[in-house]
Amino acid sequence: MVKSLPIAPVEHPWATILVLLGAAVVFGAIPLALAWLWARLFSPAKPGLQKNATYECGLEAKGDAWVQLDVSYYLYAIVFLIFDVEAVFLLPFAAAFSGLSLPACLAMLVFLLLLVEGLIWACQKGVLTWA
Amino acid sequence: MDQDLKTELSKHGIFATSFEELYNWGRKNSVWPLTFGLACCAIEMIATTMARYDLARFGAEVFRPSPRQADLMIVSGTVTKKMAPQVVRLYNQMPEPKYVIAMGACAISGGPFRDGYNVLKGIDRFIPVDVHIPGCPPRPEALIHAFMALQDKISAQHLTGESRPRHLKQELPSEFPVPEFGEHGLEPAQNDEIFHNPLKVLQG
Repeated sequence: MVKSLPIAPVEHPWATILVLLGAAVVFGAIPLALAWLWARLFSPAKPGLQKNATYECGLEAKGDAWVQLDVSYYLYAIVFLIFDVEAVFLLPFAAAFSGLSLPACLAMLVFLLLLVEGLIWACQKGVLTWA
Repeated sequence: MDQDLKTELSKHGIFATSFEELYNWGRKNSVWPLTFGLACCAIEMIATTMARYDLARFGAEVFRPSPRQADLMIVSGTVTKKMAPQVVRLYNQMPEPKYVIAMGACAISGGPFRDGYNVLKGIDRFIPVDVHIPGCPPRPEALIHAFMALQDKISAQHLTGESRPRHLKQELPSEFPVPEFGEHGLEPAQNDEIFHNPLKVLQG
């Protein structure tokens, strides 16, 4: 006959996982806390302006770390991506050009014209002109 | 504890040590160098870390790419005047206790480029050097020898008293002044507090 343990009556099916999770966190946190305490109590702290400065391979840090990129880079990247994919399709098209049937050629031309239309649209929207 | 008593005890199979010895033993076997190569000596330094010479035997295989985690700066190669401020700044950014090995003729004196207009005549003009290695470039065995000399130095340091290492003296500043790259070379040309020109010392 199995006696139930006096502590922590495990009812919920996930309770064991919760207990194990807590144990794992404590197991990791205790050495970290001890190391932090040891450093607080015994390490000879010698802070300085340069020691606390941003590490930049020995050079002095210049400017702000929060560099903002212009949103037009995003549009430019999208337009580039479209024509990047187009180039991938153009290569086999050019290689097999002499052996292609007329419908296949027309299909490819439609594809090209769609993309060229997109480029003209982007151009008219002023995406490619830089402020 | 008396040294004779310790050897007597060890004969009877009793190992006695002090906290200081234990602390220094740990320190000397976990010296992490900074990933920092300046010139051709760096190639020898890299060779030292590889399997054939295996610096890992001394607990120093972990070359840290950030000065925040490094204990040892191996100045391996020619220090140009353009580079010297960066070397000093990196040294300042390393946490105490920190040590410096000047590796090769260039790092200790300027070497074959000593008469050049753009080469620093030894890094000990700006930061305190613990071990100098002669050679052009020194062989990996020489670097290992220097490393063992540094380990001896660390294990001989007392943690209390007047001879305690620099990092335990609260009154000493944590940083060394970084030279500026001026119109006619570095300004100042050396840190007079730590560098004493041997020629002037000889003249009195």
